[in-house]
Amino acid sequence: MRHSTLVRHLALTVLSAVVLLAATVALDPFRDYQLATAGAYLCAAAGLTVLTGLNGQLSLGHGALMAVGAYTVALVQNRFGAATPWTLPVSLSAGVGAAAAAGAVIGVAAARLRGPYLAGLTLVVAVAVPAVATVFGGVFHGDQGLPVYLPPAPAALGPDFPFERWQAWLALAAALLTLLVLANLVGGRFGRTLRAVRDDEVAARLAGVSVARTQVLAFVVSAACAGLGGGVFAVLAQSVSPGAFALTLSLNLLLAVVVGGLGSLTGAVWGSLLLVLLPYLTDSLTGGLSLPPALAQRLAGNLPLSMFGLLLIVVMIAAPGGIQGLLNRAGRWARRSRERRPAGRVDASTHEAEPPAPVASRT
Amino acid sequence: MDRLLFLTVDGLSRGAVYAAFALALVLIWRGTRIVNFAQGVMAVVTAYVAYSVAGVTGSYWVGFAAGLLGGLVLGAVVERVVMRRVEQAPPLNAVIVALGLVLVGQGVLGMIYGNQYLPFPAPFSRTAMTVAGVPLLSRYDVFVFGTVLTLMLVLAVLFTRTATGLRMRAAAFAPQVARLLGVNVGGLLTLGWTLAALVGALAGMLTIPTGLGLHPTAMDLVFVSAFTAAVVGGLDSPVGAVVGGLVVGLVLSYVGGYLGSGTTPLAVLVLLVAVLLVRPSGLFSGTQARRV
Repeated sequence: MRHSTLVRHLALTVLSAVVLLAATVALDPFRDYQLATAGAYLCAAAGLTVLTGLNGQLSLGHGALMAVGAYTVALVQNRFGAATPWTLPVSLSAGVGAAAAAGAVIGVAAARLRGPYLAGLTLVVAVAVPAVATVFGGVFHGDQGLPVYLPPAPAALGPDFPFERWQAWLALAAALLTLLVLANLVGGRFGRTLRAVRDDEVAARLAGVSVARTQVLAFVVSAACAGLGGGVFAVLAQSVSPGAFALTLSLNLLLAVVVGGLGSLTGAVWGSLLLVLLPYLTDSLTGGLSLPPALAQRLAGNLPLSMFGLLLIVVMIAAPGGIQGLLNRAGRWARRSRERRPAGRVDASTHEAEPPAPVASRT
Repeated sequence: MDRLLFLTVDGLSRGAVYAAFALALVLIWRGTRIVNFAQGVMAVVTAYVAYSVAGVTGSYWVGFAAGLLGGLVLGAVVERVVMRRVEQAPPLNAVIVALGLVLVGQGVLGMIYGNQYLPFPAPFSRTAMTVAGVPLLSRYDVFVFGTVLTLMLVLAVLFTRTATGLRMRAAAFAPQVARLLGVNVGGLLTLGWTLAALVGALAGMLTIPTGLGLHPTAMDLVFVSAFTAAVVGGLDSPVGAVVGGLVVGLVLSYVGGYLGSGTTPLAVLVLLVAVLLVRPSGLFSGTQARRV
């Protein structure tokens, strides 16, 4: 059974890879870069949805964990990147490792905390970590940040190969890898343990689950994904600075997983696409209105920000299951109306698990 | 030694503001078991109201009054329109909705005023007066201490000496019984949010002149400091919030003064982690049973 899940996920990953590969070739470099950005968000959002949706631990500090990954990648790349083109996987792994270590530290504290205390602690993490770059200005160069050395695309791809497409390949490969690993993790015993701890700690403990260990482990896995996302961000922007990892980034990630559908990896995909598309749409909308430049500048980052906030509130109040929840509901409704007709038969394998309603650990 | 004295006074002055802000958090926590993560942005909104009104009328005090009034209205609107819908939901939902309010508030303020620091001057001189040859505290510090002290006395009288205060405490601790006895619990929750937003607005207007100026994110650090203060005090205890606020103010003032102001966010983090690891329920809470 477990074997078949792995095979199914692998097949799905290969299929997505082929589709995405075709998409990157068909799209122009600007779209490729947008796709790459969505991929970077997706790494972190997928990790966050596992932590918050499946384990009930709310983290507002994932932007900071991304910063840990990004700065690690920047430091390793700048030190060794010029020597060999194969440094990139190593530095990304270092970023993942550093973020996982940071996640373990936060997770140990978080395992003792519930509800608002945990949210508050991770909020402080999100506000405090960018300050590290200023305090240790000698290493991190303060507000200016660091450049990130990225070797050019392999020569075998031809001289006219767009650099953005190469970046998109890197980012999407990282995102697919993250999704594959997480899908297998949460589909098995680990996922059941996560959900058991989220739904009822006492029952989980009675069933022999170590609650604290599960919570710390969930935080480490989630932080590792955030670190990879941050590292990919650094590779895409080719620079890292504290401004890019402010509190807003953490809140955007939360938005992605909530609007996509808490606890659902597919939902994280919708959410990450939304994070890239909504600012782009509002920009082209305001760009088409020929507003005075001062007003257009004020609207630029702020209109998407307020729309994100509005979306977060409306989704949380009206449809806590998010986009994926609505899709599942629509799917069930379609199946039911088909069942009413005598000929209609439903294949059991099409039954998808409903994404769980968000439930925080009890206080 | 002079420096230590100066930093102590500065820390107490900051701490007074953190105490007021933490008190606003505690007010809402006791009433609804929600930590209002939108408190900071609500305070910034009222500060912008004060800024605009002061700009039009030319008087700081008219702006100040308008800011307080704005706080009252904002608190009621936020509770009635948004937060009431998630009060019965799992606690995670309320936190997420409050964070949505943060994004909306910061986005809308940025659209109206732009993302640059606006000058928000203090109504009194911030130069320290010299007492016996030592620069000690400024007129503005005196104003801050006086305002916060008055506020606390008013709140203490309201909660312990008036019928409304008694009803509010009843509605917070035993909503079902209070409702059976004819207390308008819903209305009192709104009143609680209104009061908290008023206190938050006051704290915001007191603290923004001491920082870089008015900005949509101006209260982020103040919010986390005040949250830390409330946690130090145990979230449930008004007295604890005041003591916690003063402690956090002093710690941040010393750390900023001796190690450089860039380190204060890290100091907040270290302090919060230390308190949460050593005594997660705060220094002022009694024994607490976790419901299973």
